[in-house]
Amino acid sequence: MKQAISPSLTVFKRELWSYFSTPLAYVFIVIFLVMNGIFTFDLGGFYIRGQADLQPFFNFHPWLYLFMIPALAMGLWSDERKEGTIELLMTLPIRLRDAVIGKFLAAWALSGIALLLTFPIWITVNYLGAPDNGVILAAYLGSWLMAGGFLAIGSCMSAITRNAVIAFILTVAICFVFVSSGSAIVLNAFSGWAPQFLSDAIAGLSFLTHFDAISKGVLDVRDLLFFAIVIGAWLFASAIVIEIKKAN
Amino acid sequence: MIEIKNITRKFEHFTAVDNLDFTVSEGEVLGFLGPNGAGKSTTMKIITGFLAPSSGTVVIDGHDITNEALQAKSLIGYLPEGAPSYPDMTVVSFLEFIAEIRGYRDQERDSRVEYVIKQVELGSVAEQRIETLSKGFKRRVGLAQAILHDPKVLILDEPTDGLDPNQKHHVRDLIRNLAKDKIVIVSTHILEEVSAVCTRAIIISEGRIVADGTPAELEAQAPEEHIVTSAAPGRLEAFFRHITEKGVQAV
Repeated sequence: MKQAISPSLTVFKRELWSYFSTPLAYVFIVIFLVMNGIFTFDLGGFYIRGQADLQPFFNFHPWLYLFMIPALAMGLWSDERKEGTIELLMTLPIRLRDAVIGKFLAAWALSGIALLLTFPIWITVNYLGAPDNGVILAAYLGSWLMAGGFLAIGSCMSAITRNAVIAFILTVAICFVFVSSGSAIVLNAFSGWAPQFLSDAIAGLSFLTHFDAISKGVLDVRDLLFFAIVIGAWLFASAIVIEIKKAN
Repeated sequence: MIEIKNITRKFEHFTAVDNLDFTVSEGEVLGFLGPNGAGKSTTMKIITGFLAPSSGTVVIDGHDITNEALQAKSLIGYLPEGAPSYPDMTVVSFLEFIAEIRGYRDQERDSRVEYVIKQVELGSVAEQRIETLSKGFKRRVGLAQAILHDPKVLILDEPTDGLDPNQKHHVRDLIRNLAKDKIVIVSTHILEEVSAVCTRAIIISEGRIVADGTPAELEAQAPEEHIVTSAAPGRLEAFFRHITEKGVQAV
């Protein structure tokens, strides 16, 4: 029997190629870089703070991803269903698992490329002062992991509907829950009456809590594991949803 | 050999495929006929492993489509209804993708792609994006991906739908040429197509087989009052209407 040596790699290549053969990749990267510039230098007060670090840059990433990543993920599966290509893909000798992973990795690679292209900010801070580059590296890793978490949620939401706009809105809503559950507003709302373990559990589910820890340079296995589990769980859910919904 | 063993597919409120049971052997070109909504496409989706049957099973050359999905799927070439393909890809890159998924690499991949492009005459649009192509060319791209790995089993869901007479003729020639030592299942509305390419025809209605035989046998069963023209396709049409209209009247 003839089979691709790595079917997920073949799907990955097709998807990534597809991003760059349409304006999507370029629009995504340019907007991502412009927004990062505005957030870091204007809103984040990069110069005014007078500190040689990239905290103002990374602090905005959860909120930036909240809108950028769902836009990247919304077509992952909904387009396959809309175009009918899901029927083609699922009747090729490839496991659903490989298709889900290949597509996810392509979107994740694109977000990684966009993130790497922010390197002028890193050069700037090194030119102006002597930052702790280990912390910056950890923060980059944390940011990319967080993007993966958002994307995996987006993959699942995109599998739910053939309408990409609905997928976008659902993804933003769920990602917002995952980000905001660690914010002061939500935690304060629980702190008065709920038992400590509950508010700890809510904070523990938040992307913010884990990303903050990593972006301060604390590479705790538990934070890394958190994102790995989030990605794995949502991709698993994606596969189940695709299996259930493909008939309609 | 394809064995379709008592497959049933239920959707929420109706039964699309109701206990279908038949076998197709090498060298047969099976025309799969039926009115709209009779369950033709659903049956093809089950045979190709896209949909799981509610009960029953399909065995492709000894491989169960559910339990040995990859082995079974690697034997099948499938043109889904509407010939879907990735609109933002060029014809060549799309076919290269299919070839890679099918396990061809490097030179072998390129020669397979070159071969099918020649087979279905896509040379003039090979570097164009699929979204810019006419319906006829898109259909041919779909056919190209289905025959790329020289599959033992070829399943074509309305391969000539929307083509002009020349293109239809070409696709029929192609199917006839490919059919040797293969198993071909073609669904169609066009009854002259059955007389032209098929060695056997199955008519289904409301998910059940209502007729199974060679086109000539079915034509012979046409009741006189339905026959409009005595040409062979006319007789087949008469039989088709005779056997499927009963269902419509009952609704």
